[in-house]
Amino acid sequence: MSLPVEVLTGAVRGGTSILYAAVGESVSETAGVVNLGTEGSMLVGALAAYAVTANTGNPWVGAAAGAAAGAALALVHAYFVLQRRSNQLATGLVVLFLGLGVTSLFGAAYVSREVNSFKPWAVPLLSKIPWVGEILFHHDPLTYLTFLLVPAAWFVLRRTGIGLLVRGAGERSEVLATYGHNVRVVQYLAVVTGGLLAGVGGAQLSTAYANAWFENMTQGRGFVAVAVVIFAARKPLAAMGGSYLFGAALALSPALQARGFAINQFALDSLPYLTVILVLVLLGRKRAAQAPEGLQKVFELSTS
Amino acid sequence: MRRSTRYAAAAAVASLLLAAGCSSNGGTPTNAAAGGSSTTAAPASSGTGPGKDSKAVGFIFVGPKDDYGYNQAAYQGAMAVKAEFKDLEVLTAENVPETDEAARVMEGMIAKGAKIIFATSYGHLDAAMKVAADHPDVAVVQQGNFIKGTVPPNAGTYFGTVYEPVYLAGIAAGKATKTNKLGYVYAFPIPQTIANIDAFERGAQSVNPAAQTYVVNTSNWCDPAKQAEAAKSLLSQGVDVLTQHQDCTGTITKAAEAAGAMVVGYHADASSLAPKGWIAGSEWDWKALYTDIVKTALAGDFTGSKYNANFRSGLKDGLNPFVQSKYGSSVSDDTKTVIAAAKQDISTTGSPFKGPVVAQDGKVLIPDGTVPDYATIESTITVFVKGVVGDIPKQ
Repeated sequence: MSLPVEVLTGAVRGGTSILYAAVGESVSETAGVVNLGTEGSMLVGALAAYAVTANTGNPWVGAAAGAAAGAALALVHAYFVLQRRSNQLATGLVVLFLGLGVTSLFGAAYVSREVNSFKPWAVPLLSKIPWVGEILFHHDPLTYLTFLLVPAAWFVLRRTGIGLLVRGAGERSEVLATYGHNVRVVQYLAVVTGGLLAGVGGAQLSTAYANAWFENMTQGRGFVAVAVVIFAARKPLAAMGGSYLFGAALALSPALQARGFAINQFALDSLPYLTVILVLVLLGRKRAAQAPEGLQKVFELSTS
Repeated sequence: MRRSTRYAAAAAVASLLLAAGCSSNGGTPTNAAAGGSSTTAAPASSGTGPGKDSKAVGFIFVGPKDDYGYNQAAYQGAMAVKAEFKDLEVLTAENVPETDEAARVMEGMIAKGAKIIFATSYGHLDAAMKVAADHPDVAVVQQGNFIKGTVPPNAGTYFGTVYEPVYLAGIAAGKATKTNKLGYVYAFPIPQTIANIDAFERGAQSVNPAAQTYVVNTSNWCDPAKQAEAAKSLLSQGVDVLTQHQDCTGTITKAAEAAGAMVVGYHADASSLAPKGWIAGSEWDWKALYTDIVKTALAGDFTGSKYNANFRSGLKDGLNPFVQSKYGSSVSDDTKTVIAAAKQDISTTGSPFKGPVVAQDGKVLIPDGTVPDYATIESTITVFVKGVVGDIPKQ
């Protein structure tokens, strides 16, 4: 496998868990709620998926459990932010630590368990296309699902009445209320959907990619997803690009080393994070100005 | 107002990203001992050294006690101590970071009556030395690191010569490979890891001069996703035997099995994860060494003993806590005979680093015919030998 093909394949493989979380966070932020607990939702999703797969032998049941667990944790965030009007950023962090603590406690028993994980499956015909086939069509089923999820998320958010409600909840909640919609319900659903997708991302990490559960195994990927959403301006397609960029930066280091290239390892290791920070710095100011009104209100700590 | 809060939010995200890059968890001591009945009599006291007549022993681990690896083995060692000394309370703490937090955890154990402390991770040394300096009556031993300069009367380090069984496993890998490419996934370029990689390559070379070892590091003791990526990269380069130096070993073992490659284990017997690909491995058995250290300290004989130093145990003294795992089904009797002969040689007059040992750049590390002692190996085998493909990351 040539170096570019290997790195790009690794980008899709490693970026998919982040992509799930980023699409979820896009939905949540479009409705005006930032969820830094995304990392926590990924973690509980990873553990729930792994544990349920270990006990049922079916990774699909596991992925469903991961989705439910991620959604449940996001519900905690939604309750405190929407019902109790607590600060979004602080609450998100608390929710993250809740997820970390819960998974450390209940995950210990699963560290040494073996599971029947998702297997990579080459798509007939498409996988034979030179380059593209290798990069895109030799993956696990959860990765293929993102190829449908991303356009679907875009379509729902931008082209449907539901999307209009979600955007309205983030931009002009008083208008929504005037028209008789329940803003809080819309926001609840958006946040929970975000957690659900982050949970599936966690499931992809533990039962399709790494095939293991280990305490804090997300290693900050949920935060990367939040950062990706900021520079993707909550656009699912751009979030896909951002997630793959991070995945590529992660894949570059082992690909170069396995070929015996002598490159400063520590610089390579920080590359994924530097990439994200750099893009944030370059795009941050412009993007932040376009953020939904609801998000900007949050930053001023005001309540409506 | 709006602008400044926006920057504050950006700063928060940035700092979280940084924190994510180097995360660690706080650990809390848990009391693992039951107040069991006293059946074993305390050893007869002879000396007056640190740790004498201690009522408890403390163990700190950098990871969870069931990681299928390093920490699990150390924990099992602690449980062996508990079984051996029924009067002793055994205190254990998991997930103790390699920071000042470790010193606080050890202080907490001392407050509970522990006068013998095992700090079991490489990076616990600084904290362990600090605690040792503050408590002259407590014996503090550290696993795997090296005290430079004068060793205080109540401290020491201990370790097995891990590279000996790794060398033997390298022989199995060299015999098994068809592509002559072996893959080694490691975490950090610490001396112990470099010696392992070199020993593995030398073991393979001893039976297959064309065998080369390709190395990839992950800069993390356990990031399963990074391990998966590293394994894929090596396998795509034609590597057909994978081994590793990681704290959690499941991901790479399964990746090798899934790709139809062979795998050499490390830290623990993971042959059940790779029924087809498992060929050999090395694992820990700390029971004998831990028990002996505790016995020595309880008797008051710690100061001046072999453990009051940088103690290294190997095949030659029979106490080596690092032993060979069982062979996989594909290993031939011929290979087993070759390995048995090599083991016999190392146990008597040989060494995995018997000269000539030549570095990647051609520099002779150990001259022809010389059999280095453990201290010499630790101080000279700090670079990759010829046959290893890859570079040691520079600061």
